[in-house]
Amino acid sequence: MTLTSEEQQPAPANGGGRFLDVRDLKVHFPTDDGLVKSVDGLSFHVERGRTLGIVGESGSGKSVTSLSVMGLHKRGAAKISGEILVDGQDVVASSDEEVRRMRGKRMAMIFQDPLSAMHPYYTVGDQIIEAYRIHNDVSKKKARTHAIEMLDRVGIPEPDRRVDAYPHQYSGGMRQRAMIAMALSCDPDLLIADEPTTALDVTVQAQILDLIRDLQREFNSAVIIITHDLGVVAELADDILVMYAGRSVEYGTAEQIFNEPEHPYTWGLLGSMPRFDRERSTRLLPIQGSPPSLINVPEGCPFHPRCRFEQNTRGLAKRERPELVDTGRGHFVACHMSQAQRQQIWRDEIKPKL
Amino acid sequence: MVAYLIRRLLATIGLLFVVSVITFSIFFLVPKWAGATPDSMATRYVGRTATADVVHQTAVRLGFTDPFYVQYADWAKGLVAGRDFDMGTSIEHCPAPCLGYSFITAQPVLPDLLDRFTVTFSLAIGAAVIWVTAGISIGVLSALKRGSLVDRFSMVIALAGVSMPIFWTGLIALSFFSYRWGITAVGGAYTPFTQNPALWAWDLMLPWVTLALLFSAQYARLTRAGMLETMNEDYIRTARAKGLRERTVVTKHGLRGALTPLLTIFGLDFGLLIGGAVLTESAFGLNGLGKYAVDGIRANDLPKILGVTLFAALFVVIANLIVDLLYAVVDPRVRTK
Ligand SMILES: Nc1ncnc2c1ncn2[C@@H]1O[C@H](COP(=O)(O)OP(=O)(O)O)[C@@H](O)[C@H]1O
Ligand code: SF4
Ligand SMILES: [Mg+2]
Repeated sequence: MTLTSEEQQPAPANGGGRFLDVRDLKVHFPTDDGLVKSVDGLSFHVERGRTLGIVGESGSGKSVTSLSVMGLHKRGAAKISGEILVDGQDVVASSDEEVRRMRGKRMAMIFQDPLSAMHPYYTVGDQIIEAYRIHNDVSKKKARTHAIEMLDRVGIPEPDRRVDAYPHQYSGGMRQRAMIAMALSCDPDLLIADEPTTALDVTVQAQILDLIRDLQREFNSAVIIITHDLGVVAELADDILVMYAGRSVEYGTAEQIFNEPEHPYTWGLLGSMPRFDRERSTRLLPIQGSPPSLINVPEGCPFHPRCRFEQNTRGLAKRERPELVDTGRGHFVACHMSQAQRQQIWRDEIKPKL
Repeated sequence: MVAYLIRRLLATIGLLFVVSVITFSIFFLVPKWAGATPDSMATRYVGRTATADVVHQTAVRLGFTDPFYVQYADWAKGLVAGRDFDMGTSIEHCPAPCLGYSFITAQPVLPDLLDRFTVTFSLAIGAAVIWVTAGISIGVLSALKRGSLVDRFSMVIALAGVSMPIFWTGLIALSFFSYRWGITAVGGAYTPFTQNPALWAWDLMLPWVTLALLFSAQYARLTRAGMLETMNEDYIRTARAKGLRERTVVTKHGLRGALTPLLTIFGLDFGLLIGGAVLTESAFGLNGLGKYAVDGIRANDLPKILGVTLFAALFVVIANLIVDLLYAVVDPRVRTK
């Protein structure tokens, strides 16, 4: 996939510069079983003040992508190519020390399971203080005041008391709030949230998502939300990237993805979105089968073994991989069907059943 | 907390009871089943030319003619309340906690035991400092440079260290450092810490290093395994994501997690060791508890054997208690439960 030229990417709505610009990213892991192509030619970008949702089933390479942006893959274990420009600086080409200095300040991350992601032996406050003091040369006392402010900001009640509690003494939702406080403590320009609500109850999920949205407005940072559930990014994301088998299959604004999706995989994701206004049994479009092994990605269109519309492409999908092509107005789709055909199927067949 | 300590205390007393009964039984019941009479047992503690009369008197004096449980009760009473001993010519009072008098030398056991304990403790504490420092540093280094030459080399050394018997390494060390090069004192030298700390350390250096070699090897392997595990934890990734230096990630976040399980093992090892490092003490001719026990066993000197056994059991229990209490300090998740 050669998605490096400017015109092949959705134009940012605000026309501003790209804070994060990922170009043709490949992350491959040589293992005993073979080469795992976890990310294989991925391009996207995020501007300050905007939110990108990266959506795909588990195992599609979302976490590997986010760890690459943070520069957290071990040099030996992962073979990384392409460019990851964070405010113009290429994470892939920078030294370990340069990337380390970017972490926390330029880009920060919150993880799926806040219980295992926080150190069990240090208080929440100590962990936030530690994060703050990496980039701010202040006394412990000042940092502590800041930590309490941050805890207050993310909605932890009695922050001056809870600052001295250990992670296991927090509830799941509180822990994720504390994680967010820690990630935001140095006012990062880019925040990556990898499945931030997957480990939480439904009611808490909504609160955490609201919090992330509020904080983003306040801090005007660029945000990437990674999830397997389109519902999570429905109200949050400005742009959405749909990932399948380490590649982008559809990429556009949230309106385009939700109102006029053109890729059969996206239709499937929309079909398996939990909906509160309807009974479960009437969901008609769950995706058949399971995601492919990233060691043996199917020839041609990687989605073809599971695609209900594969026969529409007269065998082409088995032989040739569809390129990610701009259908106009910055809406990218990788499918051999013609745009007219896709739009027709969406209008007549899929949309009415959702 | 108080209830917990009381529970532990009761358990300790129960354990000491069981241990002493078992030791007693081995000493008395086994020979009895083998056909020994009180008099035949007493012959061990009198001169070769003693008359049957003298032998019988000795048997009575040492209590061998009493039933088993009476002998045990007498001994236990001495421990709790003190007891009077008929020394043939005089009556001696032995205040609680009384561990009795040696069958052979007629000296009270407890003062001897405490004396020997300082030697063993000196040996153990110095060795522990060395093996903990060396073992953990080597383990961390190997884990971080996994698969490197450093890692493979130190793990081979560790394997060798674990497999070499201490009396062998001890003798090798002695033959070079003491006999051939004359750097350290020839075996048996010991200066009390209170007398001259520098000399104390110097005299013990060789036994320390020899003993530490054995344990460092084991601790290096354990630390390495623990580090490899914790460095894969999610919280390590978080620490890196914050932008911490790798050195801080390893020492503050990684090592902290890896060391907690080591604490238990250390408590056990140290507790066992201060109950008597038999082989090391023998190899270096140190008059510690281990050697005391061996001497006691050789001479069939029950009060000595009982004393050391009880001491050793007590140390293991105390070490375990300290470890359990420390666990609550080290792991906040234990504390709040
Ligand atoms: N360090 C690694 N070594 C080998 N394979 C890996 C490694 N990290 C991730 N993978 C593989 O990459 C694929 C994508 O993983 P991931 O990015 O975690 O998916 P997800 O979209 O669920 O976050 C998975 O098949 C996973 O097994
Ligand atoms: S190219 Fe064919 S198989 Fe692939 S998604 Fe489109 S229709 Fe389905
Ligand atoms: Mg993931």
